Amino acid sequence: MLRILHQIFRTGIVTEPLPAGVEEEIKEVGTGLEEAIRRRFQRSLTIRAVDAGSCNGCELEIHALNNPIYNCERFGIHFTASPRFADMLLVTGPVTRNMEIALKRTYNATPPPKLVVAVGDCGCNGGIFGESYASLGGIGKIIPVDAYIPGCPPRPADLLRGILRIIS
Amino acid sequence: MLGPDAIRDEGHYPETVPSFLVPRERFIEAARGMKKVGARLVAEWATDERVMKIPLPFKGRDRPVLREVEGVGMGFGIYTCFFLDSEYIIISYRIPLEDPSFPSLTKKFVPAFRFERQMRSLMGVIPVEHPDPRPWIKHEDWPEDAWPLRKDFDPSRPMPRVKGEYQWIRAEGEGVYEIPVGPVHAGIIEPGHFRFQAVGEDILHLEERLGYVHKGIEKRFEALSWIEGVRLAGRVSGDTTVAHALAYCRALEAMTGCVPQERVLRLRALMLERERIANHLGDIGAICNDVAFTFLLYQFSRLREVVLRTNAKLFGHRLMMDRVIPGGVTVDITPEGREEILREMEWMKKEFERLVIIYDENPSLEDRVRDAGVLLPEDARELGVVGFVARASGIGLDCRVQNPFPPYDQIIPKMTVLNSGDIHARVWVRIEEIRDSLRIIGEILKGLPQGEISGRFDPPSKEGSGFAVVEGWRGEIVYWLQSGPRGEINRCMVRDPSSVNWIAVEQSIHGNIVPDFPVCNKSFNQSYSGHDL
Repeated sequence: MLRILHQIFRTGIVTEPLPAGVEEEIKEVGTGLEEAIRRRFQRSLTIRAVDAGSCNGCELEIHALNNPIYNCERFGIHFTASPRFADMLLVTGPVTRNMEIALKRTYNATPPPKLVVAVGDCGCNGGIFGESYASLGGIGKIIPVDAYIPGCPPRPADLLRGILRIIS
Repeated sequence: MLGPDAIRDEGHYPETVPSFLVPRERFIEAARGMKKVGARLVAEWATDERVMKIPLPFKGRDRPVLREVEGVGMGFGIYTCFFLDSEYIIISYRIPLEDPSFPSLTKKFVPAFRFERQMRSLMGVIPVEHPDPRPWIKHEDWPEDAWPLRKDFDPSRPMPRVKGEYQWIRAEGEGVYEIPVGPVHAGIIEPGHFRFQAVGEDILHLEERLGYVHKGIEKRFEALSWIEGVRLAGRVSGDTTVAHALAYCRALEAMTGCVPQERVLRLRALMLERERIANHLGDIGAICNDVAFTFLLYQFSRLREVVLRTNAKLFGHRLMMDRVIPGGVTVDITPEGREEILREMEWMKKEFERLVIIYDENPSLEDRVRDAGVLLPEDARELGVVGFVARASGIGLDCRVQNPFPPYDQIIPKMTVLNSGDIHARVWVRIEEIRDSLRIIGEILKGLPQGEISGRFDPPSKEGSGFAVVEGWRGEIVYWLQSGPRGEINRCMVRDPSSVNWIAVEQSIHGNIVPDFPVCNKSFNQSYSGHDL
């Protein structure tokens, strides 16, 4: 126990400050996010992440939003386990043929009003996998998309900025 | 063992991995021999060779002479790769279009179970006496005659959906119930379906059904140029982008005879080890989180983030995607960058060791990770698992040690093998690997020679093939490339460690309780995308 406490005090709070450039970026985006979420979502934006066929690169970066450095919960962003509680679907792609039905069901299970964000180059247009018998292309081909966050994969800062853009 | 009528394929590289063609009727005898000497089945795959023009005995000799010869270009190739005493060997045979059947190896080699279901589903070749006729990766709503890996299949045409239902294995009896999970999971992870048969909390049986993220990667390779192919290889499984790109490049370089400079080899190994450290850090934290010890999740994810940020700064990409290319790498490091990595590794070592002590001394963690999710060494051997999963179950497999490519012939990795096969063993093997990777990185940078970072790349000659293995953080990654009659990619076979390790999750879960499944699964952390392709 002592060791754990010691490590906690030693580490302190690592959530930003960051190296100058990045810090500015996160600060600016974070303040905007907090404000928009307070105003429009009663301080809590609940996101359901759906992998509709990605290579798992985007998932790693979405995960990083929850690490203590980006710590997205401080802006009011929370990832939920069920689409029923979600305000927003963060969907990575390309949509595979074998995930098409599951994606549509998840979309239908999310109560309106809902926002859909396509994440990553593949989520935007199918990326290097293109359109084929197995890969149906970008998310927009299957369900209505409100915003796109390109990148391969988009960095956590890009994700935060993209989310801010769509809710403000 | 292969008999006098086996022909060596001279068009296959590297020469250290021999490839033999045997007559169809002789094959099963060869496989029996392989089983007797205790070989491991590494991979089994099929190719559509109806387009090929050069018959095997002439390969690599009178290359310019293309001629139509009877018996060539008429059917499918069935390939198997075995591993024995740190050597790989490929044995293949041809089967005609009119009778596309081949003897199943499943009863001799368990990994063939899914390889063969996949070959049947995607190439339409029939494994005779295979115990399970259900398709794999191909979901039941595909038309039955849709075989995407065949050359006459048009991948650009959308496939209609047909009616069909997957036949699950069901348990019956008083109090037995079924829990379906997925494909969309609760966390931020990839999709797959798990079906539990349980009594109370005890799991009687777990069946996986994968294929949800099948993107048609192997078919897609055939539409790309050799240079474009490396971008796709880097996206087979995003968390293993360096190792996959490297395996693709090494197979290609074997075919073209391209030998990158020492500096390139070292920079590649540097990225490979950094990828290993970043993934191990993230996963150890996630395992602790799955037993509600969130403190270590945040501590380890902090360390992981530091590695990724340095990657972004020095290599221009957090995951180091597209940094390895045929013949070289796309980014060099400066002397300052080198110093920065060395400093970071020093810092990391201290931070990491502090956390390891906390992990090791915490009884609430110990209670959950010991004796749970056990994969017994004898089962591991039977299933042919690889990577840290194998090393935690008593099998000393590491291609950096057994088939070292430079610089691993000079900087020899230390292999940690444990026998208990539980969650803790898998965690501890990875802890030791982080320690060793930190040491390896130090040695790579110490002797980093000057040199160009990319060289000339010539495309391979027609109708040859190349093979490579790379030890990614999950384990042995295998690539087998084949060039076609116009020198294009005719086939790219990808075998991620997940293709053989997923089945071990099913086996290790017997006797565990349902609430322990997430942590058991996490301790394997296999790739869905790398498996489904």
